Amino acid sequence: MSEYLLLLLSTALVNNVVLVKFLGLCPFMGVSRKMDSALGMGMATTFVLTLATAAAWMLEHWLLAPLGIQYLRILSFILVIASVVQFTEMVIRKVSPGLYQVLGIYLPLITTNCAVLGVALLNIMEAHSFVQSLMYGFGSALGFTLVLLLFAGLRERLALAQVPDSFSGAPIGFVSAGLLALAFMGFAGLAPH
Amino acid sequence: MTFLKRLHTRGGVHPEGMKSLSEDCPIAPLPLPDRLYVPLQQHIGAPASPVVHVGERVRKGQLMAAGTGPVSAPVHAPTSGRILALGDALAPHPSGLGITTLTLEPDGDEAWLDTAPPADPFALAPEEIARRVGAAGIVGLGGAAFPSAVKLNLSRRSSVEVLVLNGSECEPYLTCDDRLMRERAAEIVDGIRLMNLAVGARDVLVGIEDNKPEALAAMTGAAAGTGIRIVAVPALYPMGSEKQMILALTGREVPAGGRAADIGVLVHNVATAYAVRQAIVLGHPLVSRVVTVSGGAVQVPRNVEALVGTPVQTLIDYCGGFSQAPARVVLGGPMMGSQISNTSVPVIKGTSGVLALTRAEIGQPEPAPCIRCSSCVRACPVGLLPLEMASRIRAGDLAAAVEFGLKDCIACGSCAYICPAHIPLVHFFNYAKGELAARERTRMKQDATRQLAEERNLRMERIAREREEAAARRKAEKAARDAAKKAAASPPAQAASTPAETETA
Amino acid sequence: MIAALLSLTALGLSLGLLLGFAARKLKVEGNPLVAEIEQMLPGSQCGQCGFPGCAGAAQALAEGKAAVDCCPPGGADLVQALAAKLGVEADLSGIKASVPMIAEVQEHLCIGCTKCFKVCPTDAIMGAAKQIHTVFREACTACGKCVECCPTEATRLTPVPVTLQSWYWHKPEAGWVA
Repeated sequence: MSEYLLLLLSTALVNNVVLVKFLGLCPFMGVSRKMDSALGMGMATTFVLTLATAAAWMLEHWLLAPLGIQYLRILSFILVIASVVQFTEMVIRKVSPGLYQVLGIYLPLITTNCAVLGVALLNIMEAHSFVQSLMYGFGSALGFTLVLLLFAGLRERLALAQVPDSFSGAPIGFVSAGLLALAFMGFAGLAPH
Repeated sequence: MTFLKRLHTRGGVHPEGMKSLSEDCPIAPLPLPDRLYVPLQQHIGAPASPVVHVGERVRKGQLMAAGTGPVSAPVHAPTSGRILALGDALAPHPSGLGITTLTLEPDGDEAWLDTAPPADPFALAPEEIARRVGAAGIVGLGGAAFPSAVKLNLSRRSSVEVLVLNGSECEPYLTCDDRLMRERAAEIVDGIRLMNLAVGARDVLVGIEDNKPEALAAMTGAAAGTGIRIVAVPALYPMGSEKQMILALTGREVPAGGRAADIGVLVHNVATAYAVRQAIVLGHPLVSRVVTVSGGAVQVPRNVEALVGTPVQTLIDYCGGFSQAPARVVLGGPMMGSQISNTSVPVIKGTSGVLALTRAEIGQPEPAPCIRCSSCVRACPVGLLPLEMASRIRAGDLAAAVEFGLKDCIACGSCAYICPAHIPLVHFFNYAKGELAARERTRMKQDATRQLAEERNLRMERIAREREEAAARRKAEKAARDAAKKAAASPPAQAASTPAETETA
Repeated sequence: MIAALLSLTALGLSLGLLLGFAARKLKVEGNPLVAEIEQMLPGSQCGQCGFPGCAGAAQALAEGKAAVDCCPPGGADLVQALAAKLGVEADLSGIKASVPMIAEVQEHLCIGCTKCFKVCPTDAIMGAAKQIHTVFREACTACGKCVECCPTEATRLTPVPVTLQSWYWHKPEAGWVA
């Protein structure tokens, strides 16, 4: 149990997918203007990332490895991830229109989110078991959501601040993102890796 | 006077009073000006509609424009004379826009309309007092200019327990209420008693700031034996704001978005009480008021009793003109008054002061960034967060500002006064309130036009349908006629049915 | 080589079939968003957006085929509301500059042809043949249809006049970083 907890914590905080691995920077900058949309994006990503990591693990272990065609990993992962996202969108739309309203517009964005592909690939590199893979995907997604929410909070405040013209908008956003990344370095001593 | 309950206050600021400029000058009647410009809307509510025509001679106190709708006030002739014009003239308003105005040429006689004041004014029925107050065109003379009769009627319906008379005059410079209370305390007390006859409140309190000892003494003397309590309240801006006065005197707080009547309190200004007395006892409608003319740029600051419609320039000239070019001319007090760009605009019912301020007095340095020192939060008498509201308004997020309580802001100006960075906070709030009101108007208009469009579509569909039906009917008729013609040539059994068909068609 | 080719083709085909099948099985009729957006639009069916009426515009907006600032009568308020609803960034730079307009009939040019009040989507124009027409300000949405059809250029759009009731303070300057 503690092993899984440690994995969760280390992926969410110590090896944060955005601020330490620098994956998924596009939604990190793009969908962090408002708390609401950041939460929607975070939830959608959590959903997809966990599913995609599991699907990628199955693909790797049941198809690519047996046939010895691991060099096609990136190609096939993209295929699977895109399908998973599309399928998820359809199911949500049918089953829960309310949730679809919340997540709807973010789901297609995730298809091209490098964090999803990156986490799936890193997961294979780390040679995790299936359950470990689920934890790894879920932890990464939690870390992504946490950082996205933190940054959205910062940006909501930044929008009200009187920022000098040359810094207003994206520049001050990047500066704050850098400071946030520095702050996350503080977690490095939290768990061994 | 043994008012032992602790007086409640919140926030507030202590601007320099500047009242010594004019507080020792008795009220002087202003000589008749050459022209009087009487706007038809000097109150909150619907503009009055004129009942006189150009060229007509009117007597002093004659009705010139009648109130329209439930919230409105009539306008009377300030003096006897001839009506020269009815049209747009510059409004005493910061926008510099026009307002429908009656121009009156005084004949110098000051001949009052014959009035029949009641033999015993204190024997009048409450409804009758309210009616006479309304007919006299009395509005709140503290500055808001809300029709007083509407307030009296509303409060009769919602059972008022406490009648509060506001004599705090917390705005710097202004001393008109102070002088009125010193010189005409007996009349004011009469007015208060008449008002309370209309309202029937259990307690009648008069709140006067403790920086006016003479007014306190005069009012205490006049009110002796009437049951009216005169209470000294601390000199703290904005004590004269309705909600703050209620809090200080009764310890009760008006709920957010609510009105004083909701907690059983009714507030009127002392000058309004004086006007009520004049209207009921003498039968004189509201045609003049006491105005403080003051400020560093005025030669001889003083209080004058000016007719409604007197150009501001006339008042300034009477006080010796400008001693130097004023940086700003303000109607009302320096904290909440409205800046005017032209001194030809008239004094109206709600004009408590004419202030010509020098550059040193307005002292408006460039705004600096907000450092979140929260001085404004401590100063706000309503308990809002002005810095948070202003930052959201600046960023264009008005909805967020409303969540911070923008609608409860009384625009007293305490926050802007205290701000060490000189940020124009009230300006932000006034802009936001205006913008929100404009959006609300747009939304209502959109709803109305949407309905119109839908109705039009339905009508168009109906017309098209009817046209189609008519065409179909004609076709059927034609077919029937053709059939009849054919039938005429063929066996008679079929021909029998054709006349009936054409009849029904 | 053959294994790679076959396996990926099979993978792609099966996923494609799965998705295609799912799309049929899980099809949702109608889009509740369209109705919601239509409710937000002014509803005057003026057609300035280039779509057939507000329902068409709502459909296009919901499908992402129209920009959120496509509706001039809606103003900045509508752009913001639509952007929030559709989760896109609104560009208000082009909207802010436009002031609310209203149609006006110049009486010296009007020949009473009745063309304008026939096209007015909100019945905001009153008139009869050979009579000078006039505009009800409360009902006019400044859609401009009457301007297009007027044979004598008697109708035009003018800014809504500011009155003492509608005037309010402008927004203060941004301050030190303006």
